Amino acid sequence: MAHLLAAEASTSTSRGLTITLFLVFVAITLAITIWASRQTRTATDFYAGGRQFSGFQNGMAISGDYMSAASFLGIAGLIALFGYDGFLYSIGFLVAWLVALLLVAEFLRNSGRYTMADVLAFRMRQRPVRTAASVSTIVVSIFYLIAQMVGAGALVSLLLGIKAGTTFLGMNANTAKIATIILVGALMIIYVVVGGMKGTTYVQIVKAILLMSGALIMTVLVLAHYKFNLSTLLGDAAGQSGKGDKFLEPGLRYGVEKPGDALGTFYSKMDLLSLGIALVLGTAGLPHILTRFYTVPTSRIARKSVLWAIGIIGTFYLFTLALGFGAAALVGSKAITAQDKAGNTAAPQLAQALGIDYLGGETGGAILLAIIAAVAFATILAVVAGLTLASSSSVAHDFYANVVRGGDASERDEVRVARIAALIIGAVAIALSIFAQSLNVAFLVALAFAVAASANLPAILYSLFWRRFNTSGAMWAIYGGLLAAVILVFFSPVVSGSATAMFPDQDWHWFPLSNPGIISIPFGFLCGWIGTVISKEDDSAKYAELEVRSLTGFGAH
Amino acid sequence: MTTDVPASSSTERYLAVQQSEEFGVLRHKLRSFIFPMTIAFFLWYALYVLLSAYARGFMSIKVAGNINVALIFGLLQFVTTFLIAWYYSWYAAHKIDPLADDIRAELDRDTRSVR
Repeated sequence: MAHLLAAEASTSTSRGLTITLFLVFVAITLAITIWASRQTRTATDFYAGGRQFSGFQNGMAISGDYMSAASFLGIAGLIALFGYDGFLYSIGFLVAWLVALLLVAEFLRNSGRYTMADVLAFRMRQRPVRTAASVSTIVVSIFYLIAQMVGAGALVSLLLGIKAGTTFLGMNANTAKIATIILVGALMIIYVVVGGMKGTTYVQIVKAILLMSGALIMTVLVLAHYKFNLSTLLGDAAGQSGKGDKFLEPGLRYGVEKPGDALGTFYSKMDLLSLGIALVLGTAGLPHILTRFYTVPTSRIARKSVLWAIGIIGTFYLFTLALGFGAAALVGSKAITAQDKAGNTAAPQLAQALGIDYLGGETGGAILLAIIAAVAFATILAVVAGLTLASSSSVAHDFYANVVRGGDASERDEVRVARIAALIIGAVAIALSIFAQSLNVAFLVALAFAVAASANLPAILYSLFWRRFNTSGAMWAIYGGLLAAVILVFFSPVVSGSATAMFPDQDWHWFPLSNPGIISIPFGFLCGWIGTVISKEDDSAKYAELEVRSLTGFGAH
Repeated sequence: MTTDVPASSSTERYLAVQQSEEFGVLRHKLRSFIFPMTIAFFLWYALYVLLSAYARGFMSIKVAGNINVALIFGLLQFVTTFLIAWYYSWYAAHKIDPLADDIRAELDRDTRSVR
């Protein structure tokens, strides 16, 4: 409670500081972007940053692209409110990188050029496969984008201290949210249109450094508070949560035991398994992650960059334990839910509490809150830029150059279209985000992961490793997985028929799970197999070329 | 797609390389590592998720202070992820990269002589 009151008192200090720090970040990254634009001449510069980044640089950039608002604010909030179950996300998000490392990164780098579709369409008929890949890239990116921007909008009123009934620069909470979404959207368009992949990569690197530093400082302060005894921290968190030892065990949020409701319990446990599968298989199908592998000169360096990313991301997810349980112990779930029901402000609130204790009272609290809030904005901004770049690349390179123009577009033309596409996709995402403000952020991210795992991953793996795979199989896998995931979510309790649904007053749900992965991912793989065997197309020679090139790096771009 | 190989002869050459013994060894060494390893870490992760869903009693056993089996199991997932990543990079650098380099060097030589 004391912290909540302190929050009111120090709001104006931290608000000014948050804005200042955020503007400093924007100024630095814009300067980098403009510098990068002077180095961007060819299509390879725009799409793949000139393929000149080192393994460490790209590892940082991958981490920057991957650690979104869902990772930083979402997981810390989930752990703070539901204890152990939030940690499940951290583990799934990390283990997922082994799929990318062992099965995808190097082969994609060796055989592709700018986009995921380069590999999918390598030995297929170009137009239908590139169109399908483009569609699924845009669907995944838009869901992911909206999630980040809605998150930014929801956070701004809390972080800048604008509550219902108060105003900031003459704006009420709702107007400020919309203004923030437009500001974030406009900045992300500038980064992408002006800086291309080179500018965006440096923005990711700066963001990753800021995020890791912020999380490290908070983790050290939390652990220092408990004299570096993890057990004491956990005990205090469990005690403060009011749920006792249950807080440290799985089952408060996912796979809930419902006494007397065997079917309900079964569905709840299935939902946990479904989420687990979607998390671990989604990463290697995310378009903005896949395009990162093209920014390095060789597949060996792509491997190295994934190793760096696993190290950085793994360390960050270990920090989330201290952040989440620290927030539960030092801020308390009551104070967190008073600010944000979903717990998204747990990390910034923890920063404030730590600042008050260790950096000299309320001013210290305001300063640390401002720093972490600015880091959160930087996080969101960088991720949306990465997503916009990946989807506009797919529109320009896959759809425009190879479908519309049949492969005879000039580089200059392609890059021009990519810039226009970034503008349009950015504008669409801004518009949808404004209308989607009531949507649940976690739902959108989980859907993006489920779609990526259901539509993109089967097509990528079959393409790389199955000689018989063909155009028909690729179309079936992508459209089948995509439709299954989207339809199941539409008829799930997330959209209608429950108190927390998008449309709580209506009920058309018949699918009992909130995450479709456990059905839609196997369905995507099955579709790919059926589509393949019902078609006679069977080009051994093209597969020989793909296999030789993907394994040896011969002829790599 | 553009390739650096003259189109006329390239198809047969790729097929010839793919059928060659060296390439067979490379493919075998690669696949016999990445496929079993993928299955292994997936089963290990699935075991963790299944225990979280169905073995609450086991997961809640306290090992030291407030540190229970669930937390240790979760942290072990981090440890295995780091170890598998490190082992793969070692295996690839020592057992796969040299074979791939040899085949690519041969292809590069052929390409130059065709020109």
